[in-house]
Amino acid sequence: KMSSGRGGSWTFAGAVVVALLLLDFVDFAQTKNFEDVRCKCICPPYRNISGHIYNRNVSQKDCNCLHVVEPMPVPGHDVEAYCLLCECKYEERSSNTIKVTIIIYLSVVGALLLYMLFLLLVDPLIRKHDPYTQPLHNEEDSEEMRPPVDPQARGNTVLERVEGAQQRWKKQVQEQRKTVFDRHKMLS
Amino acid sequence: MESEQLYHRGYCRNSYNSIASASSDEELLDGAGVIMDFHTTEDDNLLDGDAASPGSNYAMSNGGGAPSSTTHLLDFLEEPIPGVGTYDDFHTIDWVREKCKDRERHRKINSKKKESAWEFTKSLYDAWSGWLVVTLTGLASGALAGLIDIAADWMNDLKEGVCLSAMWFNHEQCCWTSNETTFAERDKCPQWKSWAELILGQAEGPGSYIMNYFMYIYWALSFAFLAVCLVKVFAPYACGSGIPEIKTILSGFIIRGYLGKWTLMIKTITLVLAVASGLSLGKEGPLVHVACCCGNIFSYLFPKYSKNEAKKREVLSAASAAGVSVAFGAPIGGVLFSLEEVSYYFPLKTLWRSFFAALVAAFVLRSINPFGNSRLVLFYVEYHTPWYLFELIPFILLGVFGGLWGAFFIRANIAWCRRRKSTRFGKYPVLEVILVAAITAVFAFPNPYTRQNTSELIKELFTDCGPLESSQLCQYRSQMNGSKAFSDNPNRPAGPGVYAAMWQLCLALVFKIIMTIFTFGLKVPSGLFIPSMAIGAIAGRIVGIAMEQLAYYHHDWFLFKEWCEVGADCITPGLYAMVGAAACLGGVTRMTVSLVVIVFELTGGLEYIVPLMAAVMTSKWVGDAFGREGIYESHIRLNGYPFLDAKEEFTHTTLAREVMRPRRSDPPLAVLTQDDLTVEELQATINETSYNGFPVIVSKESQRLVGFALRRDITIAIENARRKQEGIMLNSRVYFTQHAPTLPADSPRPLKLRSILDMSPFTVTDHTPMEIVVDIFRKLGLRQCLVTHNGIVLGIITKKNILEHLEELKQHTEPLAASWYYHKKRYPASHGSNGKPRSRVHHVQLIRSFQDGRGGGGDDSEEEEVHLLDGSNL
Repeated sequence: KMSSGRGGSWTFAGAVVVALLLLDFVDFAQTKNFEDVRCKCICPPYRNISGHIYNRNVSQKDCNCLHVVEPMPVPGHDVEAYCLLCECKYEERSSNTIKVTIIIYLSVVGALLLYMLFLLLVDPLIRKHDPYTQPLHNEEDSEEMRPPVDPQARGNTVLERVEGAQQRWKKQVQEQRKTVFDRHKMLS
Repeated sequence: MESEQLYHRGYCRNSYNSIASASSDEELLDGAGVIMDFHTTEDDNLLDGDAASPGSNYAMSNGGGAPSSTTHLLDFLEEPIPGVGTYDDFHTIDWVREKCKDRERHRKINSKKKESAWEFTKSLYDAWSGWLVVTLTGLASGALAGLIDIAADWMNDLKEGVCLSAMWFNHEQCCWTSNETTFAERDKCPQWKSWAELILGQAEGPGSYIMNYFMYIYWALSFAFLAVCLVKVFAPYACGSGIPEIKTILSGFIIRGYLGKWTLMIKTITLVLAVASGLSLGKEGPLVHVACCCGNIFSYLFPKYSKNEAKKREVLSAASAAGVSVAFGAPIGGVLFSLEEVSYYFPLKTLWRSFFAALVAAFVLRSINPFGNSRLVLFYVEYHTPWYLFELIPFILLGVFGGLWGAFFIRANIAWCRRRKSTRFGKYPVLEVILVAAITAVFAFPNPYTRQNTSELIKELFTDCGPLESSQLCQYRSQMNGSKAFSDNPNRPAGPGVYAAMWQLCLALVFKIIMTIFTFGLKVPSGLFIPSMAIGAIAGRIVGIAMEQLAYYHHDWFLFKEWCEVGADCITPGLYAMVGAAACLGGVTRMTVSLVVIVFELTGGLEYIVPLMAAVMTSKWVGDAFGREGIYESHIRLNGYPFLDAKEEFTHTTLAREVMRPRRSDPPLAVLTQDDLTVEELQATINETSYNGFPVIVSKESQRLVGFALRRDITIAIENARRKQEGIMLNSRVYFTQHAPTLPADSPRPLKLRSILDMSPFTVTDHTPMEIVVDIFRKLGLRQCLVTHNGIVLGIITKKNILEHLEELKQHTEPLAASWYYHKKRYPASHGSNGKPRSRVHHVQLIRSFQDGRGGGGDDSEEEEVHLLDGSNL
């Protein structure tokens, strides 16, 4: 009975991760964004020219001062000396990866927040009318209260199984919370 | 030849036993194996040498391999009872038993291999599953580290403003293509709006400063609140750094749910929030926990690892290497970290797997490229300037600072955590997090060095002043008037910007020191590496700039004259920052080799190894002078985890008899007899006591040892028998022997429990020195050990007894002063004042008779050595 619930959530989580990865890779392969490379040259002050930053979109082999610094602020015979001082760096990024990552992250946080609100606000209200299950904040998880929960867990419909898995999970978290926050047995 | 000699020695002992202890002949028969004194152990170990794995010791020490292994085989051929051999929450695993189990399983697969193609494929899958699971772990931890890096960067910048053109970019990515060309405006771009600009519409002025200040505090508080709420509601185990617990788990402790999927998810999510909230914490330690969660979850896919706790710990060792690999971009450093700091059992195979996992994880993170610098960490630096011999003095001074800081931090943090643990103050975790976050935010904002992300601060401190640098730290005078080129004179007089930066850095140092003490141990995911490194980097940079100015103003000193010619680049302040960071981290964690390798992988320069080594070693010495434990060991002790440190030496002279339970005042040891108990009596014994295992003896009269049965296994077996076997009643006889005892005709069917009996429990005699016992526990990873006298069970020593004993000794004596004498002479307590053996009479006499036969002599300790040498030469 334990493995079925766990297996279910496992498959689900695995599917989500694979889907996201695929999405990411497809996205990544499709649009190698034009804006995702840059060659940045930083030229320090030289004689009476103040320091400048040059930022251009060139390929890696063209990433040097002669190609990037435009217009050249110094006359022709000084170009070499000026360019020696400049430091050019070629940089790449993947804006799609960033976008997808942030969106995934925010959606997970949002989902967790909603679930948290549900657990803290809505769930106790529903539970109040349910005589078989005990409230979440009961101190003693008595053994005799388990049997009414377990047959539900073995129920046929998906909803009942999810419900059972959720109850088990809640009990585990409750136990962890007691260990960490009340008894200070761990992680203090 | 070998066996003959062994036999001969065993024979000597037996004949002696029969004379001196006047034992019966019956006892003599199994005496050779069961009476296991420490000489046998050592000899056998020496004989086995490196070729033998602990498992063969296991068989060996129980009186010959052949009979015990056949019984094991028989036991496994019997129908196994589901659940037997698993462990309860917060229990210690038995490494020896687990390894035996794995070997048995392996043998079964190997024997079936040739039967069919399917079985052959299964055996291949089994052989490859180790590599597969570390590959998957590496992939997952690399991907999660990338996610954490990107999300934390973005959220951190969210405190300052937002990118209007693309919400998901942080400040730097937002201004990726900006064309602001002057140095003064390099950080500004039209797309990036600070909160004051968005709300008030103005970017400058006191009003916007206050607005930004307010928004900074607001975001910091909301991130911290969200993090602690998620931790509290979904996964309380996700808080803290996780390394002390992982060390404990790797040493063989079970904490259910600590490496589960909810912990993984919540830790990943809240780690980002905690880092972004600006609290003085880092993400490196928790990343190790995240990687271990991945390792644990993936090991469920492979029966080889999911069903065997010892094998699972091999995967976790590899996973922790992958975690450090992605945290610092240091794959080799990660492997060494796993070896030096967290792992308990680390065979070569695990080393290779750790190496591979670290490689895969680093590769994945590199392809995600979270920082856009083609590196794995934000603060990667590259130096090429050489260092000079006299600079070792400041480096060593930094090491001293690191050690002092480490010792101070450990004391202060442990005192604070103890307060949290024991007083009412620990009842308000959410409030505490909010309070610390608020104080941090209020004091951090005004100082630019504390306002920014700690990783960025470290990067800025590590980086040398080049033309690319525009930070305040690099405002040297020559740069300001712009008349001189840089490469001409790198050692320059400091400008006002540098002086201002010095002040701010000093304030930042004090602030970081204080806040880190109160932050580590909060109920959010919090790592220690980054704040420690930041503190060291700040101190190092200050020293570096001081040295630089000293060299500039006194370049005619003999020291500087020799090395620093005018115009030569001689002091690199960034290098000092790095050495300081390594020293402080070393002082706190007491790592040495792995730390140096991690830092040198960060810099990619081999030439700085000597300064780093000098600083790290000094910091370890200084730190050890104030207390031998690193922060992780201290937290393990504070929480009372059953962790037997392999690094500590046991230097006391107690005997097994003094440590074993029951004590003299206690009720007698709870034992089971092998064939005259009923189910009811057995259950009564189990219910009346709280022990986790019971020795099984022949009968109340003879009291000789048969084996050991675990409480959990007994309960499961009885449950199972009740459900599946007919006719098991409360007055059924329970027997552990091979054949059922003869019973009266009307009695109910007996219950056979032989399959759950451990026929080969570890035993020592009551006179074994604790030094040896502790060594056996550490090296073999035992869970318990029985104490016998002439084959009669006297008591039991468990891992927890040993830990309690160590704790007691630590409080009673000053080990530093006492240990010197004991080192020279190995077993002083067993000798009387006249130098003659006192309590271990039997034993020494035995050797003497043996030695006399060969014409040997001399004093006791010499004899022991001779004896050992003999053993190894056989």
